[in-house]
Amino acid sequence: MAHEGNAAATEQHFQSIATDWSGDKQTFRVPWGKAMMWIFLLSDTFIFTSFLVGYGHDRISTAAAWPNPSEVFALTIFGINMPLILIAIMTFVLITSSGTMAMAVNFGYRGDRAKAAALMLITAAFGAVFVGMQAFEWTKLIHEGVRPWENPFGAEQFGASFFMITGFHGLHVSAGVVYLVVVALKVLRGDYERGRSGGGGNYEIVEITGLYWHFVDLVWVFIFAFFYLW
Amino acid sequence: MAADGQQHPLKIYFWIWGLLFLLSAFSYATDFMPKEDGMGLFRAGLILLFMFLKAGFIIAIFMHMAWERAALIWAICGPPVLLLFLIGFMVYEGDYTEGTRIESFTAPPEPEGLEHH
Repeated sequence: MAHEGNAAATEQHFQSIATDWSGDKQTFRVPWGKAMMWIFLLSDTFIFTSFLVGYGHDRISTAAAWPNPSEVFALTIFGINMPLILIAIMTFVLITSSGTMAMAVNFGYRGDRAKAAALMLITAAFGAVFVGMQAFEWTKLIHEGVRPWENPFGAEQFGASFFMITGFHGLHVSAGVVYLVVVALKVLRGDYERGRSGGGGNYEIVEITGLYWHFVDLVWVFIFAFFYLW
Repeated sequence: MAADGQQHPLKIYFWIWGLLFLLSAFSYATDFMPKEDGMGLFRAGLILLFMFLKAGFIIAIFMHMAWERAALIWAICGPPVLLLFLIGFMVYEGDYTEGTRIESFTAPPEPEGLEHH
């Protein structure tokens, strides 16, 4: 019985794809802004994967020993040597900001403008903290002599991969902070109530901004696993 | 339903939020595991497991993909599968390149029993 139910559900699942794509009308039954954000994020997925694959290929193909990220990114706090601690804190900061963003989307759809805007600004603040920590990390490594073409720890390709991948991700976070602040201020001002920006009390813009922000967190999950932990 | 936007009880976000914290902690914990050859594969497996769980929860719940229509899910989640081919090709090619580099650019090992003076 349960099996038949599953089969029927699967059939319905694929039937709905055929219906949506062949309907001679709009395919994605979501706001166009959301569909476009998803398509942009899909293209960004290919860019970030290309960077990570490039890094992976560098790391596999070099005959020199790869620097141990656990030691390179260690910090001594209160006299205790903590491996990778800054990166771990950055990961938690980004996860926290993802949570506040999800709440902002929820309050946006409830029409609670003040809470939605406040949560977006908190999210942006966490993003700014993340970028600040990244700037600290870059400064530390540059002082230690890490360059895109050489470093004191091992394989030369380490620097190029590090600056390229974390730099491009940091750029995304920075852009996201600006994006969040702009949309939050518009939400607070009531633009989406008055129809000045699409309007009608429609807060899908908060969800669309959220998609971008969650994606930035998502990319960090992969960078954390492949660049820092591996 | 889609026109009304993605509205879900706050409870599910709190659950996923907590879960993401826990999974991040587990991820970080793998860095404290011994990294000898025997543990290498096990550790890599754990890193990948926690990574995919975190990514899955973010996409499915925070990005609401679990509640979207099939047409959107497949249009967005389908194409990245192609990237697996890129990854596969580059790992294979990278291994080959490393082999040729070791063969051509590193000094051959000293013959046994030969002493430098």
